[in-house]
Parts: sequence; C-alpha cells; structure tokens
Amino acid sequence: MVNLRINNIDITVKDNMTILEAARQHNINIPTLCHYPDLHINSDCRICVVEIEGYKGLKTSCSTPVSEGMNISTNTPKILNARKTITELILSNHDATCTSCVRNMRCELQELAKNLGIDINRFENVLVKKEIDNHNPALIRNANRCIKCGRCIDVCKEVQGMHVLEIIGRGHEMEIAPAFGKYLSDESCTFCGQCANVCPVGAIIEKDNTNTVWEKLYDPNYHVMVQVAPAVRVSIGEEIGLKTGLISNGKLVSAIKRLGFNNVYDTDFTADLTIMEEGTELINRIKTGGVLPLMTSCCPGWINLAEQEYPEILPHISSCKSPQQMFGTLAKTYFAEKENIDPKDIYVVSIMPCTAKKYEATRKELRIDNENPDVDIVLTTRELGKMFRQMGIDFDKIDEVEFDDPFGISTGAAVLFGATGGVTEAALRTVYEILNNKPLEDLEFKSVRGMQGIKEASVKLGDLEVRVAVSHSLANARVLIEDVIAGTSPYAFIEIMACPGGCIGGGGQPYGTTNDVRLKRIASIYEVDGNMVYRKSHDNPSIKKLYKDYLIEPNSTKAHHLLHTKYSMRSGKA
Amino acid sequence: MILQKILESYPVSEDYLLEILIDVDKQKENHFISEEEITIISNHLGIKESHVCSVVSFYTLLSTTPRGKYIIQICKDVPCYLNDDFNVLKTVENELNIKVNDTTRNQKFTLEFTACIGCCDEAPAMRINDSTYTNLTREKVIKIINDYKEGKYD
Repeated sequence: MVNLRINNIDITVKDNMTILEAARQHNINIPTLCHYPDLHINSDCRICVVEIEGYKGLKTSCSTPVSEGMNISTNTPKILNARKTITELILSNHDATCTSCVRNMRCELQELAKNLGIDINRFENVLVKKEIDNHNPALIRNANRCIKCGRCIDVCKEVQGMHVLEIIGRGHEMEIAPAFGKYLSDESCTFCGQCANVCPVGAIIEKDNTNTVWEKLYDPNYHVMVQVAPAVRVSIGEEIGLKTGLISNGKLVSAIKRLGFNNVYDTDFTADLTIMEEGTELINRIKTGGVLPLMTSCCPGWINLAEQEYPEILPHISSCKSPQQMFGTLAKTYFAEKENIDPKDIYVVSIMPCTAKKYEATRKELRIDNENPDVDIVLTTRELGKMFRQMGIDFDKIDEVEFDDPFGISTGAAVLFGATGGVTEAALRTVYEILNNKPLEDLEFKSVRGMQGIKEASVKLGDLEVRVAVSHSLANARVLIEDVIAGTSPYAFIEIMACPGGCIGGGGQPYGTTNDVRLKRIASIYEVDGNMVYRKSHDNPSIKKLYKDYLIEPNSTKAHHLLHTKYSMRSGKA
Repeated sequence: MILQKILESYPVSEDYLLEILIDVDKQKENHFISEEEITIISNHLGIKESHVCSVVSFYTLLSTTPRGKYIIQICKDVPCYLNDDFNVLKTVENELNIKVNDTTRNQKFTLEFTACIGCCDEAPAMRINDSTYTNLTREKVIKIINDYKEGKYD
C-alpha cells in the first residue's frame, strides 16, 4: 500500500495505481478528455495534469503512478490555467457548431469546456475544413470535429485488431484517418462502430436515418413495422438518462408504439428461428460429416471481416441469415401473404445496438426477389433515443405494452443473443434436446458467459462429446479463425461477435459503454432469460406454428430459400 | 522488380519498415512511395496499410507524391527560424520561381519544409537530398542553388 496526500487529504491506495485512479477512488475528481477505461493510457490531451510537490512542471495524473509520500494538488490556478489553455486550443481547431452536432449536450469536450468555465476563447478559430466521409451506409467520419484523442485508433487496433484508423501527418497538421487519407469504405472497415462509441465528440457517428423513418411513419402508402433487437431492451434506459442495465420491455414497446409504427415486433422471435435453422444445420453437419466447426452468422461485423480478410473461412459460416434479416424476409413474405399487403408497401425498420447492421441491410444478397430489401432501414439504440426525445416521451409516464403478434412471442434463449456466449447457449439448449431426445437438466451454460475473451464448453450430443467456443471482439475472433484455417481447431461450433461483450456492447449502443457497463447489461440479459415462460427456442409456440403453417420444417427448401444466404470474398472494399 | 529486391534485402519484420521506405524513396528519380508500393510493403511485413501510411507521413524525408530529383528542405524549427535574418525560404523560392511544396517544371527541384535536421548549432540550415548546408546566408543559398541548377551535382 502507498500513502499519499491529495489536496491535503491523506489517502492510502494500492501499489501501482495511477494518481488519477487513486483520486477517483477517493472521490476527488480530476477532469480527463482522452482517457477511457479499458483502453490504453495515451496521455495525449494533458487535461488531467496535476502538481506534485518536488516535481518540476505539471504531470499527467492518468499516466503517473503513485509513490509513497507524494503530495499532490489537483486544482491550483496554474493547473486550471493549463487546462483552460489546452481546451481553448482544442476548440480553436474544432468545428464548434455545437447546436447542430449530434453530440450536443452529450459531448465530452463541451462538458469539459463548461466545467472549466470557458466563457471566451482567447484563440481565433483556425480550422481548415476537410471533406466529411459519408461514403458508406453505417458511419460518418467528420475530421472537422476530431480532437485527436486517439481513442478510435486504440479501439480499432487493439480491441478489434483492425487498425483501419491511424495517426497521419505530424505537428499541427496531424490528423486521424484511414490509410492514404481515404474513406472508411475503401479500407477493410467492418463498420462495427466501436470507434463511434468511444469518440468523445461528434467526429465518428452513425449515419442518422431518423428523418427517413419519420417520413415513412407519416406516409399513408406504407405499412411501417419495427423490430427490436435483444440487446436494446437492456440499454435504451441509459440512452434516455435512466439506470445502467435497466430492463425495459413493456415501456420500450409502449414508447415505440407512440412513435406511430403499425406493428412493434421482437427480433427475439427470429433469434428463436435462427436457432431452429442454425441448430438443424449444425446437427446435419455433425451427422453427415459436413464442414466443421460451424460458425455463427448473426454478426455483420464478423461477416465483413470474414469476407474481406479470410475467404478460406466462408464455408464454415452458417448459411442462416441474421435474425434481423430473417425478420425482414418473413415480414415481406409470410406476414404480407397473411395480411394481404403488397410486400412493396411494407417498410421494415430495425432497432439495433449495431452500426454494421446498417450496412448489412443494404447487402444485395439480402433482398426479396433480388430487389425489395428484407430490411429497409436500421436505427441504432442511440437513434431510437433521439426519436424518443424528439417526441418528448417520458418512460415514467407511459404504460407497459406487449409486443405484437405473430412476431412478439419469444424465449429466454432468444434474448441471450444480446450477450456474448448467448447464441451458443441458446443453440445448445435446443440441439442438446433434439440430439439426446431428453430434456436438458441445467439450462445455464455458465462457462460461455462473461467477459473472458475466448470461452469454451463441452457437451455430450448423442454419442459425441462436442466442444464449442465463443469469442467477442474481433481481435479475439482472429485467434479462433486462424486455428480453423490452420486445421487445428478442436471445436464443432464457434460463436463470433465483433463487439466486446457481444451486442450489448455494440457500436450503436449508448455512449460510455465501458466494460463495467457491459457487465451490468449482461446481468440484465440473464435476468430477462430467467424470467421467461419459455427458455428454449424449440418451445416457442409461434415458431412451431410458423413451421406448421408456412416453412414446413427447419432447413426445408422453403426455409432455405427465404432464411439462408451466401457469402463471398470481397477485396476489403465494402 | 526493384521493390522486391529491397524487400528481400531485409528480414521480414516491421522493425525494418523505415529502412525499406528510405530505400524505396532513394532508388526512384522522383523520390516518392506509391500507394501500390505501400500495399506491397504492408502485405510483405504483415502490417496494415494505415500503419505504413502513418510512418510515411511522419517523416519529412518521405513522400507519397512524386517529387523532383533534388529535394530542398528548409528547416522550420525554432533555432533556424530565429537565426534566419534574410528568409531562406523566400530566397530559394525566388531562385527557382516556385512556392513551397511545389516542383519545378523540369522535375529537377522540389521545395519543402522539414522538421529539425539536427544542425541547430549552425542555424539556419537546409538539406538537399543527403547533403546538409548550414550557417546559411543569402549569397550562400543562391550559390548552392545555382550549383545544382548548373548540374554540378548531377
């Protein structure tokens, strides 16, 4: 333990802590800008400087370890002046048109400027405007708002192993950009959106589709329906200022209904359907000696990685469309036929925790009869929050409402899709019972739960002892992928999610998604599962009915035609 | 292919990235590294193009756009700036009739700024390809440029 003094308060902390960590542990606030939990300490911004007795100059508290007897001040006039000057300099090279920025009132730079009391900037604005990159369906990169904190580089390179963004140039001309200063779509970007989630300002944001949705909602020619992904129900609360990990089912449905959708459906329904299709695919591949391991196909970020960098892996990926796309297909076929609506008049909106889903929905392979897209438009959790704010919806003052039928009934297995390991657990619950022909005693596969980067489990299916593996974050995915390509993978089934923590940690989730926040959302996912009447996908009565009335059986010709797809190598250009 | 020869002359390790880049730049009359070359180098070393671009853009001795045979780089760091009582840049601009970051029409000269070249004790200083010129005066600059123009170093 180390004894030190901060602002005349004597404290004792663990060895190897930084001054910033020590101060925060004792509720002494030191402002930061580039610092982000779970990422590298860069000490780029110098906002967190403090004075240490006996040391020359100001020291960055984020990167200076505590030592015995240190006497630290965090708020002297000298420090305040330094912080103000730094912030003013950043603002002088920043497109500070705050009221027309998506981060207005939710911006870390704006918050810092407010707290430091910057009423007047002594420096003239010298920003030389650069072109905004909006050349892909998912993300917009606006270098004019970038403050060069480097968080996006870190998350892209270290957490995702993609390294699309880098520091380009030096000195005051330094900027953060993809190779050759090109567009994200020219590089092997998977559109996972982790950069957008950690960006402290509005420099990388999702492509905002809320206006299009409002227009369609008020267009009498369209039957507008919406599906809500599993992970959204445990994060939307944060987006509208409520508790982290809050579970909102009924209120979420109620609020979405108030926006004016004709039907509010649950992607959980098609998550159950995915388990039926993918589970059957796994059983068939095991029985017939097909290509193993079978790898999941729900995550568009991972599919992008596979198509761009690992063409050899494509035969391993399940041919199942993702739950989002299965929903769109059913809406424009099964539902359209049942309700006698022309599929061209049906407009399918998705609420996803994901920015890559925006790209997925535009894929040419995922269209009805090669023209009508399964899903018309995708909103992130953050965009849904925006629509709630635009509408002035107050969760405290609305009633709980159930999802609509027929795509409203789902199981605990389906909601698990929101957390890393969830697809595997859901698949095992079903595959086990089908292959062993007896009920599964313990539904919960604890070894595939949690934030460990790569997890595995072993389960007896028929006569076979089958090993499965789960990874989340693309850097971890690469480890499993490379083993499969090398032929050394011992697994029959591999779940890959691009984002840390799975979809609950997706790029479209509320800002401030740290690993602590992820754990809370994951806990809520398991709580929802535990409270469900049905907890196994094959028990879902609506799914049974769907097969009976329409799809015949899992992997039937009809199911294949509607619910499965193909992947192809792409040369790194989306 | 020359690039292939350069790549083969080093171990396959990103530690040699800078050496490779300098060699590529040097062996080309127009001193630049193309996008294709960056792609080949990054694939060879197993690193991302963004990383190679970052390194190329950091060093003022490297460029991604074609340059002249002789690259005149004026130091713009503080000691050279303070000791420059006649304006080195303007003098060169007048002699070559180009502005900074331009290349002469005959592709012989490119004029650039550089970060510190380590000649602070003999400031102001400039570099032309591998040679440094220090304690510059207007007359000295004009003579150096004219020597190059007349082909004394070709």
